[in-house]
Amino acid sequence: MSARTINFTLNGEAVSATIEPHRNLVELLQRFDLFGARESCGQGLCGCCTVLVDGKAVSGCLYFAVWADGKSITTVEHLDADGSLSNVQQAFIAAGAFQCGFCTPGFVMMTHQLLKAHPDPSDDDIRHYLNGNLCRCAAYPEIIDAVKRAAKAAT
Amino acid sequence: MNQVGREIPRLEVRAKVTGRADYTHNLRVPGMLYGKVFRSTVPHGRIKSIDTQAAKELPGVYRVVTGEDIRKLIPEPYYGPAFHDQPILALDKVRYVGEPVAAVLASDPHVAEQAVQLISAEYEEMPAVYDEIEAMEPEVLVHEVLKPAGTFADLKHIQGRKGTNVALDYHLRRGDADKAMAGADHVFEHTFKTQQCLHLPFETFVAIAEPDDDRLTIHTSNQTPSFVRIEIARLFGWPENRVRVRIPYLGGGFGAKVYVKLEALVAALAMLVRRPVKIVLTMEEQFYMITKHPTTFRIKSGVDKNGRVVARTCQVYWNGGAYADIGPRVTQKSGFTAAGPYDIDNITIGSYALYTNRTPAGALRGFGVPQLVWAYESHTDLIARELGIDPVEFRRKNLLRDGRPQASGTVLQDAAIAEVLDALAARMEWNKPFDRGSGTVRRGRGIAIGFKASISPTTSVAIVNVSADGSVYLYKSTVDMGQGSDTAFAQIVAEVLDVKAESVRVVAPDTDVTPYDMGTLGSRSLYHMGNAVRLAAEDARAKLRALATEAGLPEGTNYPPLEIFKKRFGMQAGNVVGTASFVPSYKSPDPQTGLSDNVTPFWMVGGAGAEVEVDTETGHVRILRLINAADCGKPINPAVARTQLSGASIMQLGFTLSEAMHLDGGQVTNASLADYKIPGIGDIPPMENELVAAEQHSGPFGAKGLGESGTFGVSPAIANAIHDAVGVRITELPITAEAVLRALRAKVGRPLEDE
Repeated sequence: MSARTINFTLNGEAVSATIEPHRNLVELLQRFDLFGARESCGQGLCGCCTVLVDGKAVSGCLYFAVWADGKSITTVEHLDADGSLSNVQQAFIAAGAFQCGFCTPGFVMMTHQLLKAHPDPSDDDIRHYLNGNLCRCAAYPEIIDAVKRAAKAAT
Repeated sequence: MNQVGREIPRLEVRAKVTGRADYTHNLRVPGMLYGKVFRSTVPHGRIKSIDTQAAKELPGVYRVVTGEDIRKLIPEPYYGPAFHDQPILALDKVRYVGEPVAAVLASDPHVAEQAVQLISAEYEEMPAVYDEIEAMEPEVLVHEVLKPAGTFADLKHIQGRKGTNVALDYHLRRGDADKAMAGADHVFEHTFKTQQCLHLPFETFVAIAEPDDDRLTIHTSNQTPSFVRIEIARLFGWPENRVRVRIPYLGGGFGAKVYVKLEALVAALAMLVRRPVKIVLTMEEQFYMITKHPTTFRIKSGVDKNGRVVARTCQVYWNGGAYADIGPRVTQKSGFTAAGPYDIDNITIGSYALYTNRTPAGALRGFGVPQLVWAYESHTDLIARELGIDPVEFRRKNLLRDGRPQASGTVLQDAAIAEVLDALAARMEWNKPFDRGSGTVRRGRGIAIGFKASISPTTSVAIVNVSADGSVYLYKSTVDMGQGSDTAFAQIVAEVLDVKAESVRVVAPDTDVTPYDMGTLGSRSLYHMGNAVRLAAEDARAKLRALATEAGLPEGTNYPPLEIFKKRFGMQAGNVVGTASFVPSYKSPDPQTGLSDNVTPFWMVGGAGAEVEVDTETGHVRILRLINAADCGKPINPAVARTQLSGASIMQLGFTLSEAMHLDGGQVTNASLADYKIPGIGDIPPMENELVAAEQHSGPFGAKGLGESGTFGVSPAIANAIHDAVGVRITELPITAEAVLRALRAKVGRPLEDE
C-alpha cells in the first residue's frame, strides 16, 4: 500500500511522517519513540492506547495514523514536559493507583479528560469516564482514590 | 531509621506514570524480524501436510518455518518444566486448536500476518477429549507416551508410561478415612466444578531473541529468567552461560509468564535465520498459550454428633490441556491441602493431572488453591447449614490451629487461620441481625477461608554491592511484574545497611549479571528472595566491618563507608560484595502415603466475606460488600501489601462471576476482551482489606508472601452468600445470572429449558 505524508502536531511540536494507510496511531507514535500508548486488546476495549487528538481521548489502536493529518496529538509523555508531573500523575503515585503500570498512561490520559469536563467528579462520573480503561492488576479502588485526590489538588 | 514497615511508593512510580517504564513490549533491536504464528484449526490430528508456498512468495516475507525445520536445528525440540512434552512448533500431531504449527518472519509484522493467512495445513483428524473426567478413560490418548522432564524425583516413575492421559496422580492417606466415614453420624458428599479461564496480562506475551556468534540474548516478558536460561541452553546443548536472559518490568504476569512460553520459539527462529526475532502475541492469541485448570472436585465428609469433621475424602481432577506445563506440580503441591484448613484425623486425597485437547493449563494466582477452596468451603457451608450450626461456629469448631498437624503431617506454624476468620466475622458483625431484604430482592452473606503451602524446595540467590561512596546496588532475578518486589527488597537492604530504601539501586533481572532464582511465582519471592536479600545485606555489612579492620580503623565505631574505602584504597575506589543463597529445608512426601513432616517453609492464609443481593426474577447478583483478610506476617510495606490483597480479590471476582472460556469443537469462541468479560471499574463492590496482625518467624523481618492469598475465599464466600439469600446452591463457576436463575427456577419446579 502506498504511503502518505502527513503533517501534524505531536506534543506541541510540528512534525511530519510518511506512513501507509493501514497503520494505526500507536504505530505512528512508536516511530517517534513514544511507547506510553500501548496496544493491548487491539479492539479499543482496554484503553491502554489512550491518547488525545485535538484534546479528545481516542483509542490509538483504532485510530488510523493518516487521520492524524492536520491534528494535534498529545501523549502521556507530554504531561511532564516542563519537568514536573501533572496533578493526575502525582495523585496516581500518592494513591498507589497501579501495580504493573502497563495500563497507567491510558488511565492518566482519560483522567485528565474527565477532570477537564468534571473538575469535581462524582463516583458515577468517574465510573462513566474510566469504564473504557481496564486494569488487570485491578487497582480500581486506588484509581478512584487517585482521581479524587487529583480533583481536590486542582481546586 | 526504620525502612521495613514504611509505606513508600514503589521505586519505579515516576517511570510508570509517565509511560517511560521499560517493558519488553517497547523494545526494538536493529535488524529485527517479526514472527507471526500459524495455528492449528483442529483439536487433535496427524499433520498430513503444511503448504507454505504462497506465504513464502508474498513480497516482504523473509522465511517460513515449520516444526520439521526446527527439528533439523534441535533434534529433540520439546520443552516444559515438568514434562518435555511440548514441541516448539507442532511435530507429527496437533493436540489443541490454536497450537503453533508454523511461523512467518518478516520485517513488517503486517506482512508476516498476511503471510500466515496464506498458509494451509491438512490434518488427519482424530477424536478429541475435552473433559477431565472423560480423559480418565484412555479412549482418546493425547500423548502416546509420557515424557517427564526428570528434574523432579517424584515424576520419575511416570517415565515412558503409555495408554493414559494421567500425567500425575498424587495420593495422600492420613488415618483411615473409610473406617471413620462408616462410623460417622452424618455423611455429606458433593461435587464442584470450575471453568477454564485465563490470566490475560495486558502486556501480552512478548519475547525477542538476539543471536551473537556463539550465544543468544533473550529479552522477554517472563517471570522465571533463570529457568528460561537453563531450558534454552538444554535445548541447544549449550552451557548456561551461552544464553543471556534479560527482563525489564512486566506488564502483568499472574502466573502466565512462568517457565518457557515464547522463548523457545524466538530462540529457534533466531538461530535458524541468524537475525533477531521478536514475537508479540495478540490478545486473542493469549487464549491459545496458557490457562487456568478447569477442575472437578468430589468431596465427602463424615461428621460426628458434636459437629466435628472426623473424615474427609477428596478426589480432584485437573484438566491440564494438551501439554503438562506446570500442571503436575499444581496437582501435587495444591493436592495435599485439598481437605482445607481443618483439623481432621482421617483424610484421603487423590489428585489427578489430566491431558485433554484444550489450551494447556498452568499456574494462575494460587497454583490450584482457589479451585480447591471453592469446593471445600462451599462443602463446609453446606454441612453447617444441613446440621443447623452457624457456618462461622462450625468452622471454629474444626479449625486447624498452630501446633496441630496438617493433612500432610507437617505441623502448622505461623498460620493465622483463626485470626483471619475472626477478622472477617468481626468486620461483618456476624453475630448481629442482618437485613435479609424482601419481595424479589433478597440478601445473604457468606464467609470462606483458605490456605496454601509454598512451593518447596526452591532456591534464591542475592548479591548486595556497596560502592565506595556507600551507595548500594541489589542484584536479584526476582521479576517485578507489579507486585512491588523491587521496593520490598530495597526496604530490606536499607534496613540492614542503614540507608534510605529509595536510594538502593535494584538491578533488573539479567542472567549475565543477576544470580539464580527459581522464579517469581507462588508468592515465594518475599520469603525466599527476601531472606536471601537480607542475608546478602548482612554479609555486606560484615565485610564492610572487616574492611574497616583491615584498613586499621579502630573497632567499635560505625564509620561511613567512604571513610573505610578511602583508608583502605587511598581514594574513592573499590566495592564490598555481600552474597547469600537461601533454600529452606524440605522433606519429599512419602510415595506411599503422600505424607511429609516438612512439606512447606510457610503457609499463606486468606479469606473473604461477602454480602450479596439476589434478584429472584433475573438471577442477577449484586455484591454489597466484599471483605478480604489475609496473613502476610509482618508486612514490609503495608500500603503495597493491601493493594495486592485487593487486586487478587478483584481478579478472583472476575473468575467468580463472569470469566469463562467457551469451547465449541475445541475452538475457543470468545477469545477477546469483547466476549470474555474481565472486571472493570464499574464492577467493583465496596471493599475492605485487612492484613491481620501476625508474624512469620522464619521470614525476613517477620514477613511472607501475599500475592495469591486474596484469591482464596472470594468464590465460595459469594456462593455461600447466595445460598444464604435465596436457598440455592451454585456448584460450578462462574456464577452468572443465568446460572442463579436456572437454580431458582429448578428449586420451584419450573426449570428453564436447556440452552
